[in-house]
Order: sequence, then structure tokens, then C-alpha cells
Amino acid sequence: MKVIDIKDLYKIYEDNEAEVHAVDGISLSFNEGEFAAIVGPSGSGKTTLLNILGGLDKPTSGEITIGNVKINELPPSKLIDFRLHNIGFVFQAYNLIPVLTAKENVEFIMDLQGRPKAEKEKRTRELLEQVGLGDRLNSRPNRLSGGQQQRVAVARALASRPKFVLADEPTANLDSKSTENLLDIMEKLNREENITFIFSTHDPRVVKKARRVITIEDGKVIKDEAIR
Amino acid sequence: MKTYKMAWRNLWRNKRRTLITVAAVVFAVFLSTFMSSMQEGTYSKMIENTVSFYSGYIQVHHPGYWASRSINDVYAPGPEFFKKIDETPNVTLSFPRLESFTLLSTGENTKAAALIGIDPVKENKVTRLSQWVEAGKYLEPGDDGLLVAKNIAKQMSLNVGDTMVLLSTGYHGSTSAALFPIKGILNFPSPQMNNIGVYADITKAGEFFSTGDMITSTVIMVDDYTKLNHTKQDIGKKLGNDYSVMTWDEMQPEIMQMIEQDRAGAVIMKAIIYIVIGFGILGTIIMMMSERRKELAIMVAVGMKRGKIIKTLFFETLYIGFLGIVLGFLLSTPIMLWLVQHPIPLPDSMAEVYEKFGFEAKLFFSLHYPVFMNQIWTVFAITIGVFLYPLVTVARFKLIQTLRS
Ligand SMILES: Nc1ncnc2c1ncn2[C@@H]1O[C@H](COP(=O)(O)OP(=O)(O)OP(=O)(O)O)[C@@H](O)[C@H]1O
Ligand SMILES: [Mg+2]
Repeated sequence: MKVIDIKDLYKIYEDNEAEVHAVDGISLSFNEGEFAAIVGPSGSGKTTLLNILGGLDKPTSGEITIGNVKINELPPSKLIDFRLHNIGFVFQAYNLIPVLTAKENVEFIMDLQGRPKAEKEKRTRELLEQVGLGDRLNSRPNRLSGGQQQRVAVARALASRPKFVLADEPTANLDSKSTENLLDIMEKLNREENITFIFSTHDPRVVKKARRVITIEDGKVIKDEAIR
Repeated sequence: MKTYKMAWRNLWRNKRRTLITVAAVVFAVFLSTFMSSMQEGTYSKMIENTVSFYSGYIQVHHPGYWASRSINDVYAPGPEFFKKIDETPNVTLSFPRLESFTLLSTGENTKAAALIGIDPVKENKVTRLSQWVEAGKYLEPGDDGLLVAKNIAKQMSLNVGDTMVLLSTGYHGSTSAALFPIKGILNFPSPQMNNIGVYADITKAGEFFSTGDMITSTVIMVDDYTKLNHTKQDIGKKLGNDYSVMTWDEMQPEIMQMIEQDRAGAVIMKAIIYIVIGFGILGTIIMMMSERRKELAIMVAVGMKRGKIIKTLFFETLYIGFLGIVLGFLLSTPIMLWLVQHPIPLPDSMAEVYEKFGFEAKLFFSLHYPVFMNQIWTVFAITIGVFLYPLVTVARFKLIQTLRS
């Protein structure tokens, strides 16, 4: 089943007369349960593509259909709600809310969704246990290592039961052991919850874990291969 | 997590900065409470002095009297009249006066002045008239002598024991003429009062003007002057439409004007203090915001509406103001309480002037609620003003640029 469908996507920046084609005519689709990596050199347009996919940025032209909603047509206020209910985000710099504990950070999304308390607590505990932080529920981010913080971020991204999770270079700030650990957890969640993960990376060890690798260069898809 | 709770935690992300900002508000609140308390204390003492000097807090007249000042606009109080007034809550004392104009003559000299008929005992309780008797003696009830204000006595070369003719138009056009002995000379601290005229016992004045038991005014003293308008209304209701009830500030608007002018001057000083503090809070809020731009962008990215973020920031700003107010009051109230009980004595040079006017030479303080309410409103207004910054910033910030920064 198709989760995301992108058609003829362009993102053109007008930068002091010179035009930058950050996304230059990409058409792609993602199915439920995919575990896909987007790779490419710096400046190739990975972040731009993910931001548009996540409804954070508007394309210059083209269509993005998620479920059956064309998100490029949604007004900004609707888009916020759409993100809240459909997309999970993991950022490079973890970006947890520093005044909230691990548990509260995960609950935060469900608070915004207005989920009942019992459900919130149950899911939070489950998720944090799944990412191996069942014993750190009440720690604030500054008491957690980078790897632990990013695991909380993954739990937070999944809390809303999104259609898919976007992660822009989630391991860029992590050492190799934490990287491997995080990828294992992401993959496990991907299998268990059947949630689509799309992540960009520079790291060959991360690429190795992906089951689909999309290579882009100068805003174009130059290779799209399924692994195994 | 509830918005107000998250805001509270955010407030303590940089403890020291928050504490310094709150301390600045505390300082402003303390200073302006102190200033306001001193001002209000001074004003109420001033009002008390003015009022006890002559007018009383409230007077009751015949409806036409205040405009005409005519001896025809008098009324007979009757036996129930003073009882009704004295039974009104907040009233401490009421007493009659009969005042009108008259010609004073010694043969060589003639002068127009007021003849004020008083109840010597009650009058003295309030205005302490007897303390101004420079020569001779104060009136006794039923006395048939006169007390003459100093300037008039001087101009007419009158001394205690001399006699003087009073000539006037009495009630309904009757002719009033009588010979009075001078019982005492009054030396008031105010030149205006020293030209006022002569005092007589009210019964004698009634005989002179042929008004019998009728009077021109009832002077009323109250306990709490902040409830004056209430008391005025109560009295008005009890007495009905045949009487006009006036408060001291309606009779002497110039004093209230003077107070208002002084208040306006002090407002400027307080405004300066608060503007400085306002910028202090603004600085803190700007720093809090700039440190958190990315974090706020992330919140929007994961699905938090900007309105909710604005709400959180509003609570944060409000907390600073609120803490400042509460701590400011906690600090100032005990000191004010003490000062209300122990007014500060004035330095000797100033004390002389005060004492000459028969006033206590002290700086008085007040704890009336406006002293506090005004600070609350001001800090609240500043909070709202400062809050415009996060409001506009969050409403306008560009999501992608902030996320990428
Ligand atoms: N706001 C902008 N204005 C102009 N050009 C931009 C803007 N944002 C991105 N670009 C350009 O778009 C191109 C794609 O950038 P993008 O950040 O998507 O690359 P990336 O693949 O994520 O790179 P990296 O691996 O370094 O993160 C770059 O050439 C970049 O300079
Ligand atoms: Mg990038």
C-alpha cells in the first residue's frame, strides 16, 4: 500500500540571480513498512526533499500525496495538524524539549493530539521500553547521552502513531556504537509497528542497514535500489 | 503537560537571570508602593486637616443655599434631624452652623464680613477653634459675646471688652441690628481665615438674623473618608429631597485639584521607574526567545500550534510580573504597616511651618488599597506590553529558516 506519492517535485531557490535547483524533478513513492535511506553528497537536496515530504516546506511545483491528501495544497494551519497526526520527526540534533523529562517529551505529542491520560502513559512506557530507556523515564535530556536522547526522539516520533517517520541524518551526531544501536532500534520498530522510516545519511554503516537506498545528486534521483 | 506548568519550568532554565529580572520588578514595586503610600498618607492628612479646619467632611444645606448664600435659604433641623445623621454608619459627629453676611460697625469703621453662629462645644471638638484665641476667652454655650478674626479686629481697632454694632438683613427681609461685646480675638495661621469675620453662639446668631432655630449648615465628620460618597448617599436618602448634601471636595474643589496635580507629577516618576523595569523584562524575554528559536521551531514542526506556544510564552512573562508583585508586596507591606503606625517626624525647618498651621509635623503613610491596586495594574500592563515581542516573533518566524539555522 502506497503511503507517499511524489510527482514531478521541484524546489528552486532564487539566490542572487543564480537559481538553485535543490529538488529538480523528483517522482518517487513509498509503501507501508519501508526502511529507506536517502543518500547523496552534501548539497544534493536531501534535507530539502525531506522537509517538503514532511510538510515543513512548500515545493515550487509538483504534488505530494500522503494517504489521500495532497499536502502541497494544505494551508499552513491545516498542515500543522496534518503533521501532528501523520508524520513523526527525528532531527539531527535530537531537539528534545529540555525542560521535559524523557517521559514527558514522548507524551508531549500525544498531549497535543489530546489523547486520554491512560493511553498516553501506557504508550509512553511501551515506547521507552522498546528503545531501551524503560529505566530513564524521569530523566531530563541534559542527563542523557546523545544516543539516549536520540532514542527518546525516536520514541517521540512514534508516539503519535504516524503514517511514517522522517529522519534527517539522525546519526550524524552519534558515535558508531550509538549509531548501530539506534539503527537496530529503528529497524525493530519498523518491523514491529510496520511503520515506514525514511532517513537521510552520509554514513555507509547506516546505508548498509537500509532495505532501499535512494541516491540523489543535484536534486535528481540517480539511483533507487532495493537491497536483499 | 499543561501550558502553565511548562512555562513555569521554562522560567527556571536560567535561574540567575530570572531572579535578577524578578528582583528588578520587586524593586520597582517596592519603590512605587512606598511612594504611593507616602503620597496617599500625605493627601489624607491634608484632607483631614482641611476638613477639620472648617468645612467638615460633609455639610447639609437647604437646596438653594450653596448658590445663594442667602439667610432665607435656611432650615429647621427639628428633633429627629441630628439623630438621623448621627445614626448613619461612618458618621462620628454632626453640629449646626448659621452663617450669613453682616456689616460690622464701630462708629468710625464699617466692614462687611461673615457672622458665623456656632455650637461652641461641638464646634471646638472638631475645628479646635479655641486654640486660636489670642486674647480674651473662647465662647461658652449661650454666650452673648463675639470672637473676632485678627485682621478684622486690627483694621477696626477692636480689643477684648469693646462693643461693636452688627447690621444686616435677616430672615425674609427683616432688619437685624444688635450690639455685641468682643469676647476674644482669633489669630488663625491662615490669612484667609483671619479675614473671615466674627463668631457668635448659634442661639444669639439665630436671634440676630430672626431665624429662630433654623440653621444654614450642618457639619458632619466621618470615620473613614474613603467611604465618604457612600455616607453622603446614605444621609441624602435619610433626609430626602428637601436638603442638599455636599462633600468637602464639592465645596472646596481646589484642594482635590491640587492633590490630582501632585498625583500626576508622581505618576511621571513612577512611569520612569516602570519603563526602565519594563525594558529589563523585555531584555530577558528577548534573550529567552533567541535562545529558544530553534526549540520553538521544532515544536511547530512536530505539530504544536503557534497559538499554544504563544500561550506558554505569555505565562512565562506573566510569572515574572506576578512574582515581582507578590514578593514586592511581601517586602513593602510590613514596612508600610509600621510606617502607618509610626509616621516619620519632619526635620525642624519644615516642622515649624506645619505646626504653625496646627498640623502634626510628620510624614504620614497610607495602606489604602489603591496603593496596591495601582502597582498590580501597572505591572500587568507592562507584562502585556512586553509580551507583544514574543507574540509578534512567534507569529512571524519562518519555520524552515529557523529549523535550518
Ligand atoms: N534557503 C535557501 N536559499 C537558497 N539555497 C538554498 C536554501 N536552502 C538550501 N539551499 C540550497 O539547496 C541545495 C540543497 O540543500 P540541502 O540542504 O537540501 O542539501 P543536503 O543534501 O541536505 O546537504 P547536506 O548533506 O550538507 O545536509 C544546496 O545547494 C543549498 O545551498
Ligand atoms: Mg541536509
